[in-house]
Amino acid sequence: MVSARAVAETVTDPELPMLTLADLGVLREVEETPDGVVVTITPTYTGCPAMDAMRSDLRSALHQAGFGAVDVRTVLSPAWTTDWITATGRQKLAEAGIAPPGAAPRGGPIPLTLTAPPKRVACPRCGSPDTELLSEFSATACKALRRCRACAEPFEHVKEI
Amino acid sequence: MSFDNAYEALTEDNDTRWAFGTGFTDPLAGMDTSVPSGVDAAELARSCLWLGDDALIMSHRLQEWVAAAPELEDEVALANIGLDLLGQARLLLARAAKADPALVPAVNQSDEDALAFFRAAEDFHNVRLVELAGGDFAFSMARLLVFSTWRLALFQRLVDSPDQVLTAIAAKGVKELTYHRDYAARWVVRLGDGTDLSHERMQAGLDEVWPYVDELFDGENEDDKALREEFDAVMAQVITAGALKQPYLRPVPTAGRHTEHLEPLLAEMQSVARAHPDATW
Repeated sequence: MVSARAVAETVTDPELPMLTLADLGVLREVEETPDGVVVTITPTYTGCPAMDAMRSDLRSALHQAGFGAVDVRTVLSPAWTTDWITATGRQKLAEAGIAPPGAAPRGGPIPLTLTAPPKRVACPRCGSPDTELLSEFSATACKALRRCRACAEPFEHVKEI
Repeated sequence: MSFDNAYEALTEDNDTRWAFGTGFTDPLAGMDTSVPSGVDAAELARSCLWLGDDALIMSHRLQEWVAAAPELEDEVALANIGLDLLGQARLLLARAAKADPALVPAVNQSDEDALAFFRAAEDFHNVRLVELAGGDFAFSMARLLVFSTWRLALFQRLVDSPDQVLTAIAAKGVKELTYHRDYAARWVVRLGDGTDLSHERMQAGLDEVWPYVDELFDGENEDDKALREEFDAVMAQVITAGALKQPYLRPVPTAGRHTEHLEPLLAEMQSVARAHPDATW
């Protein structure tokens, strides 16, 4: 029988279906206990509306693979960071036309940034580094909207948190 | 999960795939919510309730911009910020209920729904700043700047709270609020340092919000003073960059705890839950 971890690792993210929850760094732990499988996940953003869909997808995948009792738990700490997106996850994002995040900011005092700091985010379509920020908020909580000045295509960018 | 077609997914043993945001479960599901020894449970609950109410009411005001914002990008931004705050509200209200179940109205609802939809205005503890009605974009940006600057500074301190749940909520919230503050600050600068008309309206918006700033800082100890100084420094930076004037307006007297704006807001927010108490979503 396939391990519970292997099954849980095939479950994809409801909003970024090209990524698995494991690629995204949302799947924290999978434990097989005598009482059933305990899966631990963490939200990307506090208000992430996809959490219930994730729980439900994990439960159905494990049930279909023959696991009976499945308990999906949530942990908030340590808080999710884009640094947890795996190398495979970053590659899949880029292939889907979504620019992967750079390194997340690290602790310390948080400066006010009145002009968006220039970021070298390459266009996932043509590869040009000459891109501009349109909005730091996009179709999902975790993405910003950018535009490539070279090929003029707008694209999404998983913003660093 | 992959299914051959969308309808197949809906016939599964649950209905959470109908849409995100249906089939709500306890936002603290599977978390250790015991109150650490040495922490006064009632006091912890009160703090979480106040912080949760601020987020809930502010989120509602931001949601009012959906389908009414000047540009699609801003509509999406304001909806995202509202969603972050709604997420904070859910966790904080659930935390308050777990720490002190006596706070929760006795209705057949989840704790967070009972607190959000079945309390009267006088039982809400939000600051008046968030409940003010605002159809003006400049006013809304001034309010969002004041609110997120204050809340970010506050959450950075709560990261060291003795309660592990509140600490975790604050640590996530800090990351979100950083983006909210930058967004609001950039709009205040853009409008303030823009045309004569946008400048005039931005100044008016700031003047309208300012009388409600003092109530955010009612503490007297050193840390409360440091919080105010941090807030003032950020505001001064934005006001200077936006070529605006620091308003010097007297605070509004605290006649009642709330303004006349809260009741109509709650009437709208709570109407469906109260009309259909047995509905599920």
